[in-house]
Amino acid sequence: MSATADHRPRYVIGVTGLNAIDSPGPGVAVIRALRESPDFAVRIIGLSYEALEPGIYMHELVDKTYQLPYPSAGTQVLLERLGEIHEREGLDVIIPNFDAELPNFVRLASRLAALGIRTFLPTLEQLEARDKLNLRAFGEAHGLLVPRQRLLHRADELAAAADELGYPLVVKGRFYDAVVAHTLEQARKAFHQISAKWGLPVIAQEFVQGHEINVAALGDGTGRTLSAVPMRKLYITDKGKAWAGITLEDETLLQLARRFVAGTQWRGGCELEIMRTADGRPYILEINPRFPAWIYLTAAAGQNQPAALVRLALGLPTEPWTQYAVGRMFIRYAWDLITDNHEFHQISAFGEL
Amino acid sequence: MKLKKNIATSETGFIFNPATGDSFTANALATEILQLLKQDRSPADIKTLLLNRYDVEPNQLEKDWDDLVAQLRDHQLLD
Amino acid sequence: MKQRYERPLIKKLSAGPLNKFGARTEAQPVPDIDGAPVKELLRAFGSPLFVLSEKQLRRNYQLAVRAFRTRYPRVQFAWSYKTNYLNAVCRVFHQEGAWAEVVSGFEYEKALLNGVPGPQIIFNGPGKSRAELQRACELDSVIHLDHFDELYELLDLAASLPRRPRVAVRVNLDAGVYPQWDRFGFNLENGQAWNAIGRIVGSGRLELVGLHCHLGTYLLTTKPYGVAAQKLADLAWSCRTQLNTPIQYLDLGGGFPSTNTLKGAYLPGTDTAPGIDEFAEVIADTLQRAGFRQDELPLLILEAGRLLVDDAGYLLGTVLATKRLADGRRATILDFGVNVLFTSFWYDHKISPAGDFSQHTEDTVLFGPLCMNIDVLRDSVNLPLLNRGDQVVVHKVGAYNMTQWMQFITLRPAVVLLDEQGRPHRIRQAETLDYLQQLEEVPAHLGPHPPAPSPKERGSQPSATTTPG
Repeated sequence: MSATADHRPRYVIGVTGLNAIDSPGPGVAVIRALRESPDFAVRIIGLSYEALEPGIYMHELVDKTYQLPYPSAGTQVLLERLGEIHEREGLDVIIPNFDAELPNFVRLASRLAALGIRTFLPTLEQLEARDKLNLRAFGEAHGLLVPRQRLLHRADELAAAADELGYPLVVKGRFYDAVVAHTLEQARKAFHQISAKWGLPVIAQEFVQGHEINVAALGDGTGRTLSAVPMRKLYITDKGKAWAGITLEDETLLQLARRFVAGTQWRGGCELEIMRTADGRPYILEINPRFPAWIYLTAAAGQNQPAALVRLALGLPTEPWTQYAVGRMFIRYAWDLITDNHEFHQISAFGEL
Repeated sequence: MKLKKNIATSETGFIFNPATGDSFTANALATEILQLLKQDRSPADIKTLLLNRYDVEPNQLEKDWDDLVAQLRDHQLLD
Repeated sequence: MKQRYERPLIKKLSAGPLNKFGARTEAQPVPDIDGAPVKELLRAFGSPLFVLSEKQLRRNYQLAVRAFRTRYPRVQFAWSYKTNYLNAVCRVFHQEGAWAEVVSGFEYEKALLNGVPGPQIIFNGPGKSRAELQRACELDSVIHLDHFDELYELLDLAASLPRRPRVAVRVNLDAGVYPQWDRFGFNLENGQAWNAIGRIVGSGRLELVGLHCHLGTYLLTTKPYGVAAQKLADLAWSCRTQLNTPIQYLDLGGGFPSTNTLKGAYLPGTDTAPGIDEFAEVIADTLQRAGFRQDELPLLILEAGRLLVDDAGYLLGTVLATKRLADGRRATILDFGVNVLFTSFWYDHKISPAGDFSQHTEDTVLFGPLCMNIDVLRDSVNLPLLNRGDQVVVHKVGAYNMTQWMQFITLRPAVVLLDEQGRPHRIRQAETLDYLQQLEEVPAHLGPHPPAPSPKERGSQPSATTTPG
């Protein structure tokens, strides 16, 4: 216990995405950033979907965790559960971090606000605009470079798509998965595998060669970018996740993020996945409508985006940052957390820990 | 029919099999049956007791008993 | 007093990664429908049993009409017979003011018998016979033309009719919907539709009154309706300006979703299906801005089916058995199968227990009673611990089941309509063996006879058990 009195306000904040595993959710990084805010103190309520999300067991970061119903159960069940949690914890803010749960939270935003729970989320239209299926059209409308793509509903449309886009051809699922195909045969195989798993349409996309850069950005909902931090991936895991990365100084990347935020009046956190070609052109491959798993790097570089998002959610004045530390690095590591099986029993059977 | 010796059961309905590392939850009746099995009561004995205590037809109990045994066997909880 | 029994259950605690399809909890009991207890309904009318709520039917209709009429001055609904053509259902909608939209001669006659005047019947579909066309013309219904063969047939027929038949052209168009329903009507983009219109107007034998398009089924986005409305409006303008033929109505068809959850969908239909207000907004807004003078806006016809009837229908049934499959999964066998609940091929129907249960649930596959491997109602659903005799309620089954159901292995069950006071009225009896055999005929030489012994047995020593008595 700290002996000196803490005069900072104390907020109760619910955070999802506690799955700090090999393909990590952003929750634990978000919490770490929140705990470093000089403006406020926090009580963190973890919100989990599975009993083995590591964040549940990190008691120095997460004060208490509750299980949520799966996103597929829909808004009504989610609202009831959040209502129960709110009655016990008095939530001030919730920061959802999973793509799959976002539509539910967005739909519930006004009803949560009526309960006194604040969020700061994009609208359904904004989610839709940056969806993979619409990204190309979005790019054309806003002067952003997006690889050419064709939506495929049948395997026999592949040949025409390949004629237009050339090889290698990227075959992508509408939610996840991407395969680089060098022949029509490979593309067909990928089409069938991906459509079986993620449904139709399948996306055929022009292959862009270059190196991967991500930008974490925060929009205030009026078109203003409060923060944008570009990061070059230095080491990529076999799941395509950054294992290490470094902050960059590059005005064109910042402008790109600002143009996206201004064009959509983006509200909340987002991540631009960019492929920069050898001649320097930045292609936007995807836009994630939430903080990335490496979001703590923004705090470490001087722009604590999660903390700023809490201020936005609470309606507190928030000014854009102008500086961040260039050359800041993160190197992700794995850590074996030890617990007793009664904790596992507790969260799996009673849905809280 | 015997529950494995080292199976840990709790009154709140948790079962832990230290040999496999698997954990289970049980509803009230399964918990009660497991406790009785641990006291070395015979199946016939337990069934009589349950028929007296619960509102259930003998046929239904017989069928559900067999199903529970199958579940226990499936999860390698029986000797 | 003995304690309440719940069968013993143990569940392994597992913790896989977040998967695409998590368990949905549907365990809330539904003991009654519009105040009528499920138990009483099944006792009185047998199990399984379809139940329709008149209150909900009327409410759905009124809400849909209001959604359009508050945004557009001239709106007419036509009840899509194929969605549910039980007479009682049709008459509820006709009482509310709906015309009839039929797609076969048999449906056409049904509409007449339900009291719908000829001019208020829209005759759609690719399969109308010459006799059916003639009857519809004589009664002054509108024929929605589907293809050139039909157009020429009608031109031929019209030569001998005293009055010019009224027709509309069914148009298929690219509104960004996949698959594009290009099998019905005349294509807009390749000029087929304009060609057909030209023939109709040029012939002088037919009166072109409407343009019709129907984009597809269960559309979960409103945008295509805006595109279709715009394209139909443009086509109507062309008819007026180039052919001097004002179009009296635009028929935007149906295809509006109910709130069922499509198989393979991640989020439940209750969250993803746009409401009728959103569809109305897009359609009305487009037409209002299409350039028509306020007093010459065409009548807007809608053929909503599923939207009006799906959530007013329930299927009540009973658990026949529970068993455990070879891989340890629980299976529950119900007394209704896919032959009765046809829509279980398309939807993950919500299903609720009728009685009270504890909080313990288990994943189970739901089978119907048919001795057929395809008879699966839900691949996996999280339900309380059901036992033989327990009753269940399937939700949102009002559309397409009571028309596409088939007599196969089992007979089709009764249908009950709960009136606005919640009182049950049987509107279709359960089928009987007699009813089913009414149409069968057996040649005289095939009189009833016990099975003859096989040739091998004929030569051998007859035994007591194989000798016919």
